[in-house]
Amino acid sequence: MIILSANSVIKQFGGLVAVNKFTFDLLEGQIASIIGPNGAGKTTFFNCITGFYKFDEGSIIFNGRSLEGKSPDLITRMGIARTYQNIRLFPNMTAIENILVGLHPRLKSFWVEAILQTPRVRKEEKEAEEEANRILDFVGLSGLGDQLARNLPYGAQRRLEIARAIASNPKLLLLDEPTAGMNPKESSVMMHFIQNLRDETGITILLIEHDMRVVMGISENIAVMDFGTKIAEGTPTEIQTNPRVIEAYLGRGAAAGFNK
Amino acid sequence: MRQRFQDIDYLGVVLWLLRTGIIILVIWGSVATIIQNPYSSKTWMDFIVFGVAQGSLYALIAIGYTLVYGVLFMINFAHSEFFMSGIFTATILLANPMKASGFLDSHPFVGLGLITITAIIVSVAIALLTERVAYRPLRKAPRLVPLITAIGASFFWQYFFRGLFGSEVKPFPQIEGLIGKIPFLGTEILINQVVVIVVAIIMLIGLYIFVMKTKIGKSIRAVAEDKDTAALMGIDVDRAISITFAMGAAMAGIAGVLYAMVFRQVHFFMGFIPGIKAFTAAVLGGIGSIPGAAVGGFFLGMFESVGPSLFLQGLGIPAPHQLKDVIAFTMLVLVLIFRPQGILGERLAEKKA
Amino acid sequence: MREKQNTLKILLKSGLLSGVIALSVSMIGMVGLFSQRDMIAGVLTLGQLLLFASPAAFAYLEAVKISKDDWRKGLLAGLFIGVLSAIPLIILVIISTLVNLRQYFVSVSDTLIQILTFNQDVFLGSILLILVMAFVGLIAAGMRYMPIKYRHPIFQGLIWTFGVSLFSEVLSERVRSFFGSFITKIMFKSRATQPLFAIVLFVFIAGITYWQQGHKSSIKDFIDNQPPKKKRQYQLIFLGIGILILIILPLILGTYLSEVINNVGLYILMGLGLNIVVGFAGLLDLGYVAFFAIGAYTMAVLTSEGALGISAFSFWAALPFCVAASVSAGILLGIPVLRMRGDYLAIVTLGFGEIIRIMANSDLLKPFIGGAQGILQIPKPSIGNIVLFKPGQLYYVILIGVLIAAYISWRLRDSRLGRQWMAMREDEDVAEAMGINLVNTKLLAFAIGAGFSGLSGAIFASKLTSIFPHSFNLLISINVLSLIIVGGLGSIPGVVVGAAILVGLPELLREFKEYRLLMYGGLLIVMMLAKPEGFWPSTIQKRELHAFQESTSGNDT
Repeated sequence: MIILSANSVIKQFGGLVAVNKFTFDLLEGQIASIIGPNGAGKTTFFNCITGFYKFDEGSIIFNGRSLEGKSPDLITRMGIARTYQNIRLFPNMTAIENILVGLHPRLKSFWVEAILQTPRVRKEEKEAEEEANRILDFVGLSGLGDQLARNLPYGAQRRLEIARAIASNPKLLLLDEPTAGMNPKESSVMMHFIQNLRDETGITILLIEHDMRVVMGISENIAVMDFGTKIAEGTPTEIQTNPRVIEAYLGRGAAAGFNK
Repeated sequence: MRQRFQDIDYLGVVLWLLRTGIIILVIWGSVATIIQNPYSSKTWMDFIVFGVAQGSLYALIAIGYTLVYGVLFMINFAHSEFFMSGIFTATILLANPMKASGFLDSHPFVGLGLITITAIIVSVAIALLTERVAYRPLRKAPRLVPLITAIGASFFWQYFFRGLFGSEVKPFPQIEGLIGKIPFLGTEILINQVVVIVVAIIMLIGLYIFVMKTKIGKSIRAVAEDKDTAALMGIDVDRAISITFAMGAAMAGIAGVLYAMVFRQVHFFMGFIPGIKAFTAAVLGGIGSIPGAAVGGFFLGMFESVGPSLFLQGLGIPAPHQLKDVIAFTMLVLVLIFRPQGILGERLAEKKA
Repeated sequence: MREKQNTLKILLKSGLLSGVIALSVSMIGMVGLFSQRDMIAGVLTLGQLLLFASPAAFAYLEAVKISKDDWRKGLLAGLFIGVLSAIPLIILVIISTLVNLRQYFVSVSDTLIQILTFNQDVFLGSILLILVMAFVGLIAAGMRYMPIKYRHPIFQGLIWTFGVSLFSEVLSERVRSFFGSFITKIMFKSRATQPLFAIVLFVFIAGITYWQQGHKSSIKDFIDNQPPKKKRQYQLIFLGIGILILIILPLILGTYLSEVINNVGLYILMGLGLNIVVGFAGLLDLGYVAFFAIGAYTMAVLTSEGALGISAFSFWAALPFCVAASVSAGILLGIPVLRMRGDYLAIVTLGFGEIIRIMANSDLLKPFIGGAQGILQIPKPSIGNIVLFKPGQLYYVILIGVLIAAYISWRLRDSRLGRQWMAMREDEDVAEAMGINLVNTKLLAFAIGAGFSGLSGAIFASKLTSIFPHSFNLLISINVLSLIIVGGLGSIPGVVVGAAILVGLPELLREFKEYRLLMYGGLLIVMMLAKPEGFWPSTIQKRELHAFQESTSGNDT
């Protein structure tokens, strides 16, 4: 079943066409990747999905509903969560507080109830705290709940960001370069973590990634983007042998990525 | 059904209603005024000339906001006090004693020159001191912090000068040779208004050339673009920022003298309203842009001077000129909602607004 | 050799800076005005204290920089700074004998010159000034070389003695009403402490502090060491005592102080509201007075017995309408500014505040709210047949309001909404990407904040029984902003502390009122430079500002 379907999406900034007629389908439960050189428009496409940018033309359908013109918070509540390329946690909040914010769309209580301290609020808050701790354990950060987000080591911050994203119980998780800045050992741990996450929860995952080892290792479908357009799509093996992809990368002297 | 409701952008609808409502109000008021035709064309001409003079003052002050915003991305709340301090000091220590001794009447232009120089020196000194003490140590702090010190500095200087020179309104003497009117396009305009407009235009052009062509101007623009890179390129960032403050304050000092010539009085609180108006002008034109500040200033001056009579008179509002500040502030709000980058907007405004 | 020159240069700089500061406080009239307030009868006035504060502070700070063993050099530095501080003042004295400075600088009066020269002629006075300043510098520098064991008690003693002396006027009135005039006469003389009493007080406090150093245990430690069940009991007892004190406070304080407390209370109420907007949600609102005004005007129109009032409502019946009106205004004014950030928001809200004030003053609304003449004959609140006209009675109305507002703030801060605000404050874009509806979250902050302010305004109107547009100027917004910053942004007890310092103190010391905004301005700058988290910081604020200081100190090295 197709969970996300982007059709000829165009996003322009003034004269620059950042995303140009990009078409892409994502199957439920899949791990898929978008790769491409820097500035190819990958993150812009993410921003179009999450509603941070309003795309100019085309359509994006998620779970049978159009995302056009929807605000970011609404899209998140529809079941799409994301992480950022340059980690954007709430730095002065603790790890648990960060996850609790992520849990927000699942909580129902009204603020008046919080003032009155109704039993429902107390129960919900208690459950939320338990759930947050459970997620913290799940991402392997047990015992770091009271640490401030900005004091956590880099790898833990990446994990916390993912924890915050999955707290909203999304159907689709967008990860923007989850292994950026990691050494090969760390990124392989992260790779297994992502695989594991999908296997256990069944979440659909879309990655933007530069580390070809990770991309080829876990993706079931890969789209290659260059100058805002899709130049290839297919399984890892298909992509590795696709002449246009090699040209796009070699032409920029970035072939090294493949030789890893 | 519930989802349908969620999809509607309520905020957009409300803002659209607001915009439409105000446009209708303005058009209705203007048409009604034109039909009633309460003023002669000469009066309208007076309004316009006064508006341009007022606007050029706003433009000169707005330069200070725009320059500092361009470099530090902060609203220098204390800028209105740079404007006040220069002319307040010059009036008390120079203008009034010179008038009393008759020097100002015998050598009006020498006197005016001295007053202007003093005003500029005091304004610049206050600006540099404020920057050094209240802003520089906080450059890396969260954005709220320097804004708060700026508000603090503003009040500090107001009441400092109040303590120094007293709380009463002080007269600014009339300058011999700038009294009277000259004929212009079938009507007459006050000479001091002409002086204000001419001086302001010369200063604005001069400043623009300075920032665009000179080496110092280029270093300021480099710092505005990216402080860290500029520092790597060997630009003394602190110095460039100080110069920016000094330039803005010098313009404010000159604006102070022009203001005193037109309104003939000074006091410690005189900076507040022109300050907010000038900020409005800077936003209106597009904050961060020097031509924008000029355009915004003239626009705002015109709106304020013509607006109450044109828009509000026709609606039957009593004493519409009481509401000229309301027009200015409403414009500020409308610009920030609907076109945050301003008339000649630079790209940086979009993200900040 | 070079190092010596450098030290000399630094000392010269800070000495002259200290002198210029002393000169400034003299020339803007603070020394002159504050000299009218005696502190220790016949010995010290507040003006002199202010004059000596600058050399003392600079001498101490410079001495701290000099190595601990080199006490001779430190003392010399203090002496040097003291002497230098006197020089600008002496120049002022000399010029004032040649020119009539008063015609330019209103505060440079004969009185000021007399204060500076200790009522002597210019020559003798200048020498005296140098000697006294040098002495002050010497003592201040000397403090650094005193072991902390002695230094701490001395500081404590000085703080208490100066504090009691400063508030002599109020304290003596209270002491008289409780203990009679005989004891009062021993302790106080007109508006100052008796020198003997000051010495006794100093020795007493210093002695107690010195003794306490050996016995470390405090009440807090004692409670913390109790088992949890007992701990809770003790906490309840202390809570009970706290409530009891709040209830009988007006009886202890008397009429005048109750009035002061009431004013502080109204500001606390406003501060709690603005604290939600600025402290929790991070939306800098400078037009906050607008909601105060709307609350007050609604109360006035609904209850006034004058020509403009409806008069059909009692205070209590009108109160919900006042709050509702402010809340609606909060939402209405909030909508246009939803998409603005930081400094733009500040200036637009400032514009809104001004619009409301100008409108209240205008002929347009004059038929409804009276223009500049305001609305008169607003009744005071009453319960049954008892009209609460005494400050000591109104106190309870305000107290209840403050308690409710504080409770709501506290509950919301720890709730889901509180987390939403916090997240929004940290990073608006990410908060939105976490499914937080920014529109609702922001509007709730504006609405609740406006509601508290409206409540405060409503009580204010009925407390004064008449209101005028000029009571609702920008300065109120600045006052409220200053007090929450001084107390600590986002901190609920901080609001109380801030209001007590910024509103309570100037009410008690009328001389302060004249320079209130000067000191607010200075305080805002100094706080942001030295203690940006405020006197009673909230946890999150401490974290954030700590982060900034870490990063800057990291960059320095």
